[in-house]
Amino acid sequence: MIRFDDVTITYPDAEAPAVSGVALHVPEGELCVVVGRTGSGKSTLLSAVNGLVPHFTGGRLTGRVLVGGRDTRSHPPRELADLVGMVGQDPVAGFVTDSVEEELAYAMESIGLPPAVMRRRVEETLDLLGLAELRDRSLATLSGGQQQRVAIGAALTAHPRVLVLDEPTSALDPGAAEEVLAALHRLVHDLGVTVLVAEHRLERVAQFADRVVWLPGGGAAPVAGPVGEVLARSPVAPPVVRLGQLAGWHPPPVSIRDARRRAAPLRERLSAARSVSGEWCQDTIYDSRGGVAGAGVVVRYPQRVAVRGVDLRVGAGERVAIMGRNGSGKSSLLWALQGSGPRHGGDVLVGGEDPARLQPAKRRKAVGLVPQQAADLLYRESVRAECAQADAETGAAPGRTRALLDGIVPDIDGDAHPRDLSEGQRLAVALAVTLAAAPAALLLDEPTRGLDYLAKAALAAVLRRLAAEGTAVLLATHDVEFVAEYADRVVLLADGEVIADGPVADVVTSSPVFAPQVAKVLAPQRWLTVGQVERALAGGGG
Amino acid sequence: MREGPGPPAARNKGARTANVTDRFRRPFAADYPARSLHPGAWWLWALGLGTAASRSTNPLLLGLVLAVAGFVVAARRSTQPWADAYGVFLRLGLIVIAIRTVLHIVFGGGFGSTVLVTLPQAPLPGWASGVRIGGPVTAEGLVAAVTDGLRLAVLLACVGAANALANPKRLLRSLPAALYEVSVAVVVTLSTAPQLITSARQVRRARQLRGDRARGPRVLRTVLVPVLQDALDRSIALAAAMDSRGYGRTAGVPPAVRRATAAMLLAGLLGMCIGVYGLLDAGSPVLIGLPMLLLGAAMAAGGLLLAARRVPRTRYRPDRWRAREAAVALSGLAAVVAVLAAEALGDTDLVPPVAPLTWPSLPLLPAVGVLAAVLPAWVAPSPDSPPEAAA
Repeated sequence: MIRFDDVTITYPDAEAPAVSGVALHVPEGELCVVVGRTGSGKSTLLSAVNGLVPHFTGGRLTGRVLVGGRDTRSHPPRELADLVGMVGQDPVAGFVTDSVEEELAYAMESIGLPPAVMRRRVEETLDLLGLAELRDRSLATLSGGQQQRVAIGAALTAHPRVLVLDEPTSALDPGAAEEVLAALHRLVHDLGVTVLVAEHRLERVAQFADRVVWLPGGGAAPVAGPVGEVLARSPVAPPVVRLGQLAGWHPPPVSIRDARRRAAPLRERLSAARSVSGEWCQDTIYDSRGGVAGAGVVVRYPQRVAVRGVDLRVGAGERVAIMGRNGSGKSSLLWALQGSGPRHGGDVLVGGEDPARLQPAKRRKAVGLVPQQAADLLYRESVRAECAQADAETGAAPGRTRALLDGIVPDIDGDAHPRDLSEGQRLAVALAVTLAAAPAALLLDEPTRGLDYLAKAALAAVLRRLAAEGTAVLLATHDVEFVAEYADRVVLLADGEVIADGPVADVVTSSPVFAPQVAKVLAPQRWLTVGQVERALAGGGG
Repeated sequence: MREGPGPPAARNKGARTANVTDRFRRPFAADYPARSLHPGAWWLWALGLGTAASRSTNPLLLGLVLAVAGFVVAARRSTQPWADAYGVFLRLGLIVIAIRTVLHIVFGGGFGSTVLVTLPQAPLPGWASGVRIGGPVTAEGLVAAVTDGLRLAVLLACVGAANALANPKRLLRSLPAALYEVSVAVVVTLSTAPQLITSARQVRRARQLRGDRARGPRVLRTVLVPVLQDALDRSIALAAAMDSRGYGRTAGVPPAVRRATAAMLLAGLLGMCIGVYGLLDAGSPVLIGLPMLLLGAAMAAGGLLLAARRVPRTRYRPDRWRAREAAVALSGLAAVVAVLAAEALGDTDLVPPVAPLTWPSLPLLPAVGVLAAVLPAWVAPSPDSPPEAAA
């Protein structure tokens, strides 16, 4: 259905090709996942399927891309609209109309289908994706998962035989991601649609995949093959694959079900070793005077109350994660604790002072916040200028921010424009700029969005180091695997209220939605990460 | 879809009777699926009322037009943001009256004998004869100026009523296929504005995090640059999405047809302009009014039809022209016809003489016509659009 014949794509002004030597065939009805590190050319490969590369983006494509027998060289994207449905990274950016029904019909109108057919297909798609109750709603009022489903539906109504999705679940909470993946699964199995999807959160999609294409990056040819085997070779792999490798299962399992069926011997070996429960909290006593403390924090918006009287203390050196649905009040709480956002009730104290009463320049020395769009913090033309600016703003010694940056991610080109960096590098610059003020507490809003596994591991290491140096670290995230790696305490938020607060092992293992893969495989034992299992096996003489 | 469950036979029978009653009741039945009225119907109605108003300076008739438009807006406007347009246009109308009156007082009209006050007159050089600044202000001149301003204000109010009643985006969707690209550009612009505001707010919050309290020109650099970059990124993403979804697919059309299309469109628009002028200007001969307008409209329609062959688009659930739409448009047309008929019959109450000043009386025929235009307050579907308001 999709055939790449020795394709090499080079963007204008680029020194090296974005992808090269791609020879790939995706047969009809297959769900194929494209994996690779950030910047390895995943999006480029996906956009080449419907001709956006190079018709829309410019650049040079050698070789040939055939989709359903049509050559993208002679067919621009609009002429492939009836064959390829494309869902971009940010569904909202791709919406053309303003209501659900009209959005679903848009592609069909462009193709010129008769009204009776359009009407029928819109109804079918509304049912298929569970959108029937939302049909008259304005797109702006939908939740993230609903918007993503509308975007998929809008691509589906033209009855494309190929569906291409770029990171469909990375912005979604675990529940909404499951909604979207269930819909995709149904498309592949019931309708025989060929699906090509790129995703960083492999723990979510790997189990649905028939095949994986790994882009090693740096000009090397991609590797395609069975899911477990290819993932085991690639640097990006979900924890369940890593666990399988550690335990020597072959081929490595990709679903929890497969892994559990083979995990009995591993569980026996591990039961001899010490389980993780209680290990974390007893060892450390946090300094209750340091850090950030909120009591009865309330944040209201005109239509709703976002945070309803939350008590939260993060001691110096403590690493806490806030989890919860999209819209459960995580961001509002972070902004209120930092003092720049609105707060309509309660008290916040950092080092004996309310940060909301401080001058912004002093406030950032008390509490630093890296916002969800880390790029918003940056506005200079180069990384070097950005670092110098941060030194000047905070009164730090010249070169301090650059030193911090090198400690997080070394070797970022000082002349590069922050917008041209990868997500991980950009986050590193924003983090360095925030840390230049040496805040007593550091808050991060969804820092793992768009990061691959290696970048996430690097971030976790940086945060651990900061905590060890006495900074109170608090972050909001949907990423259960990252929480398992990074945090020692989890706070669950629902509808603006704290519904659980405790050590990671206690909170996440008790919830099927928030449990990391390793915990699911090894339940009822309470292991959270591959690293813990590895250490236990090594320490237990295994 | 309207059939309930039940055994097939009973359902069939039920369906047939439902069909009969449906056909009978359909036009104005209250339970008829209340999708909004075709925006074109509202515009025709409003333009009809406005044209009627523009042919008269009788304050009683103008007041009646204003009341009718206001009543219909109050009865049938939705809770959507554009529904406040009527109020905005009313305020605009007051400004127009004020300007017209002030201009009259300053530059003087100088007719009539009832002098209210005499302003000091500025001496002007000889070549400026015919222009006067200051001087006596007469009651007759003042009344003429105010009623003239009122006429313009009422015309504006009618446009405001159309804006308040018709969803602007749906009106764009009803444009001929040939104008599709223009309408998409407008829709995209309309939805970009709120995005820019959100984006600016985000960036300003982020600036605070850096302890940056820049004022003046530096704000341009630190806020505007990221906001514009963001807007540019968004537009590129949107363009890519639209391209992927088939925007701009065209059918091949021979050059001769393209030239004919352009010529017909231009000639048609010109004809319509002349026609509208003739219709609104009471002094011009009848011939260049309505007939010219109709001819121009026909030419333009032909041109648009030809141009539409280039665009292979179809439309999902287009707003249909049904009995309700016809009724609404006709009620507006009734107002124009009544006024034109009264004019032809020589009804002097339409433009009551200001010298000598008399209390005007309501012209009967035009009043009946304008009153007919209140019909949409009951005929048009009630815009209780459900879930959107609740969300």
